[in-house]
Amino acid sequence: MLSIEPMGHVGLSIERVEDAALLTGRGRYVDDLGTPPGTLHAAILRSPHAHADIVAIDKSAALALPGVIAVVTGADIQDITTGLVPAVRAKVDARVIGTDRVRYVGEPVAVVIARDRYLAEDGAELVEVEYRLRPAVVDPEASLAADAHVLHEGVGANLVSERSFRYGDPETAFQQAPHQLSVTVHYPRNTGSPIETYGLVATYEPTDGSYDVLANFQGPFSIHTVMARALKVPGNRLRIRTPPDSGGSFGVKQGVAPYAVLIAAASRLVGRPVKWVEDRLEHLAASVSATNRVTTLKAAFDDEGVVTALDWDQLEDCGAYLRAPEPATLYRMHGNLTGAYAIRNVAIRNRVVLTNKTPTGLVRGFGGPQVYFPLERLMHRIAVMLKRDPFEVIRKNLIPADAFPYRTATGALYDSGNYQEALAVAARDGGLDELKRRRDAARAEGRLYGIGYTAAVEPSVSNMGYITTVLTPEERAKAGPKNGAQATASITIDPVGSVTVQVASTPQGQGHRTVLAQVVADALGLEMSLVRVVTELDTAKDAWSIASGNYSSRFAAAVAGAAQLAAVKLRGRLARIAAAQLNVVADDLVFAEGRVTSRHNPDVSLPFARVAATSHWSPGLVPEDVEGGIRETVFWTPPELTAPDEADGINSSLCHGFIFDFCGVEIDPVTGKLGIDRYVTMHDCGRILHPGMVEGQVRGGFAQALGAAVYEELSYGQDGAFLSGTLADYLLPTATEVPELTVLHVESPSPFTPLGAKGVGEGNCMSTPVCLANAVADALGIEAIDLPLTPAKIAALAAAGDEPAPPPGHDKPKASTKPGDRTMRGEGKAEVAAPPEKVWAMLLDPDVLASVIPGAHGVKKLSDTHFKADVTLGVGPVKGRYKADVELTDLDAPRAATLSGTVTGGLGNGGGNGRITLEPIEGGGTRIGYTYEAHVGGKAAAVGGRLLDGASRVIIGGFFSALARKAGGGRGGPGFLKRIFAMLGIGR
Amino acid sequence: MSRLDAKRRHIVSFTLNGAPAEVEVEPRMLLTDALRYGLGFTGTHVGCEHGVCGACTISIDGAPARACLTLAVAIEGAEIRTVEGLGPAPGRLGVLQAAFRRHHALQCGFCTAGILMSLDAHLFRHPDPSREEITEVIGGHLCRCTGYAPIIAAALEAAAEMRGDTRGTGEAKTSRTDGHA
Repeated sequence: MLSIEPMGHVGLSIERVEDAALLTGRGRYVDDLGTPPGTLHAAILRSPHAHADIVAIDKSAALALPGVIAVVTGADIQDITTGLVPAVRAKVDARVIGTDRVRYVGEPVAVVIARDRYLAEDGAELVEVEYRLRPAVVDPEASLAADAHVLHEGVGANLVSERSFRYGDPETAFQQAPHQLSVTVHYPRNTGSPIETYGLVATYEPTDGSYDVLANFQGPFSIHTVMARALKVPGNRLRIRTPPDSGGSFGVKQGVAPYAVLIAAASRLVGRPVKWVEDRLEHLAASVSATNRVTTLKAAFDDEGVVTALDWDQLEDCGAYLRAPEPATLYRMHGNLTGAYAIRNVAIRNRVVLTNKTPTGLVRGFGGPQVYFPLERLMHRIAVMLKRDPFEVIRKNLIPADAFPYRTATGALYDSGNYQEALAVAARDGGLDELKRRRDAARAEGRLYGIGYTAAVEPSVSNMGYITTVLTPEERAKAGPKNGAQATASITIDPVGSVTVQVASTPQGQGHRTVLAQVVADALGLEMSLVRVVTELDTAKDAWSIASGNYSSRFAAAVAGAAQLAAVKLRGRLARIAAAQLNVVADDLVFAEGRVTSRHNPDVSLPFARVAATSHWSPGLVPEDVEGGIRETVFWTPPELTAPDEADGINSSLCHGFIFDFCGVEIDPVTGKLGIDRYVTMHDCGRILHPGMVEGQVRGGFAQALGAAVYEELSYGQDGAFLSGTLADYLLPTATEVPELTVLHVESPSPFTPLGAKGVGEGNCMSTPVCLANAVADALGIEAIDLPLTPAKIAALAAAGDEPAPPPGHDKPKASTKPGDRTMRGEGKAEVAAPPEKVWAMLLDPDVLASVIPGAHGVKKLSDTHFKADVTLGVGPVKGRYKADVELTDLDAPRAATLSGTVTGGLGNGGGNGRITLEPIEGGGTRIGYTYEAHVGGKAAAVGGRLLDGASRVIIGGFFSALARKAGGGRGGPGFLKRIFAMLGIGR
Repeated sequence: MSRLDAKRRHIVSFTLNGAPAEVEVEPRMLLTDALRYGLGFTGTHVGCEHGVCGACTISIDGAPARACLTLAVAIEGAEIRTVEGLGPAPGRLGVLQAAFRRHHALQCGFCTAGILMSLDAHLFRHPDPSREEITEVIGGHLCRCTGYAPIIAAALEAAAEMRGDTRGTGEAKTSRTDGHA
């Protein structure tokens, strides 16, 4: 530690200063702060297609709506904005709004600005966008194919970055090793999903060409430069302000940046402040996703399971645009790619591809889950292969306790730790032996029980230069070195001697104000109540730098440390001011209990407030060589965070905590339900400043990791349709799913941080998903396993392909052979009294069609076999207006025809085709038979996926039953249909 | 209530945290928006607007309800309670709120108001709840920060305190402070 201070508050679980306001409804989140008079409200119209050209946008109907002020499109802000720069120079024009093309579902296409949000939403429904569809690329491996559809022609391919690295001598190590093993992992997409969505108010000031944006942005403030550049203004013409409270972020609120640019530009066009608050569908579809990644990891190891070399092949999918700071997810863990293990030989190939999915960005764990899943699966599989205990294989490979600070093969400098001790304490206090007995007992009864383990190094306080590892040493030399992690804190003393602390850490609920009050109160010998902490940030007035913000678990290690340094510095000045008044030497003075007192003579003493106020009221009493006793601002960057070296070694993070997890799970072989019998998580996060908050970070991180492991996936169809647009589709764990958790700690203070603290917020997001997967693999005795571990997947794995037979009377659903294929198929029949010829005529009669198409407002006949109609359809509570286009082909009058059509509307789009057959039956009637295939995209697919199959069946069935009624029939079971209609709430 | 006109604004009168309140709204306005923007009661938060997350939970005539799934015009004459009405006085916490603070049962605080309202309603009717029962109640809410364990602990401790089983914190105990006193 840089300094050891006597502490009165630090280390205690003091009640948080934030909580009284938050518990009484007095929090001040972005949407609680009010807006300037005349503020307008925005709704964003987004692409329902994964990949399409924008042919035309018709604003007229929207603009005709009273209350709608403007409809802003990409073309409108083309000249006043430019693209968001990524960390890699690729010819990807990452605009904040689609202009002539859209590349993911949810990409903004128009911003409707109106007097209130309701009217803006109305207006968005009236904007008509004509698209020309392009084929979508969804899978990262498919996007590499030579004939894959390219997202950005300027790049020429979907591969936007490729680098290979070599540390030590991996080739020889692989040659000489007696064993090799590789795992391949497809890590899925998930996100932090804070309960508060994005929100912002943007104002353009034309007199000095500046923007003011109040946004719940979380940093890193390196993105401020990206935003200013995208708005084509110097940094001092973009004032970003953050609200006092934020409803969680977990990295995700970094992604408000493109919207800050979009709404700021819109505000300039309309000349008024504009407010936008994201809704949940927008958030899930288009805010920020973690990267999905395909990794093949190969290890060379000996008979004991000691790994001598690793070979990483990582294929990173950053979605449709490479947005700053991406591809940082891929490089954040570069220094610690060997995890907790002493592996000296490493080969790496990193590739970054773009696909037609939401652009990726910061999500808690940032790169860690994607790395530790293959690494710890591999350790588990090595143990299985060698018939050894995974615990022993992990232990044998750990970095020796006497090796710290330890330089990894890829360049990280691990600050401190004793991994062996952490394992031993975890096994002892977490009851590992008893857990093994439980497993043995369960297995003896034939139950599916498994144990999983994970060891992980949790990096924190990112080196702002790590991302430049994506560049070659030559490119880096040309661009100039980037490194460091500037943290800042200011402490101000007011004229009555009370203390205000200001930092640029933009807390998202973690309790920074409490910890800073603890740290500064201790340093100045004050009660915590005399220290007030302000954390809302204003880039126009406050001290900040590119590393400011709330990410890479940097608060305790870097920001609290900077506050400590500032307090100590200020204290030194106050000591000299007091020394002059008390006639003692400054070193003799102690700051405690609100006083400044001589160590040697306790009677020589002044109240802190009096000393502190001197510079305000009596600057003449301040010794000449003391520069100011009113305010101290400290910028601190750790010297250990150097730029990547010529051999691509990079100390990607300042601190490296340690985690060791183990768990016991039991699987229900019929339902596939994953029951977590016990979960033990051991953390070494250095010195603990506030045990309650550390516990909160661990438990919260664990619950999110459980979600990522078992419940959550941002899923896409093969056509790029987004399928998880509600919290009923994207399932977050609730209280009933989160099991008991045993949290253990050992403390190895970091020698590199002022307070000895390390980050702790992200560890379980890295360790828990793979720990659970290892346990499931152990329970089922399987090798390959990918997330999420849904009951359906586990049940299928448990049954090894033997699906249970469907209940009697139900056909087995026709499963698609292609993953992600969402084609709905169905068939049916109806019998009518009219003869085939009459039914045939009806099918070609627009008036008849108008009366039988569910929800049709009017049918226009374009030709004898081509019709257009306006229809209103509802699925559950989601009701929308669509334009339908229907064509009859392959006519075989009066026996058969193919009916194909599309529907497009604000709530989504769909298409399909069906074959209709008319067959004469006894008594002159007709049996109408039909089969169809249909697919749905856009909002309807994202929010109604679970209902769509049933709903489409009902809607299509409704058409034929109405046709049957019209043709004098009724033997097709319309009563049954009617009941289903009522059940699904489908209006007619 | 008289027949509503979609194009007109209507005055809705109700009781809010014990005091008479009025707000003028279009028939389609959500109760969340009416409370927050119409009346400035921003303690009720909007997390999903489709009834899943529970952040907007308030009390309507004594029963917990999702304000985001309620139209403002539907509360004419109702007794509404929001998180602003939970504490005994400005700047003071009730028993449940104080237990939340002791247990670090909140971090960002965005979901907290809804959870407090659901627990308040449940504890009023079931003063001696089991852990499973409390877990079920909290299971109707999404919290992304805490992992739920401290919320469950806080609720159980608050229930015990309100029953007088364990330590009482003088003022909070006498006022019962969840507002039903």
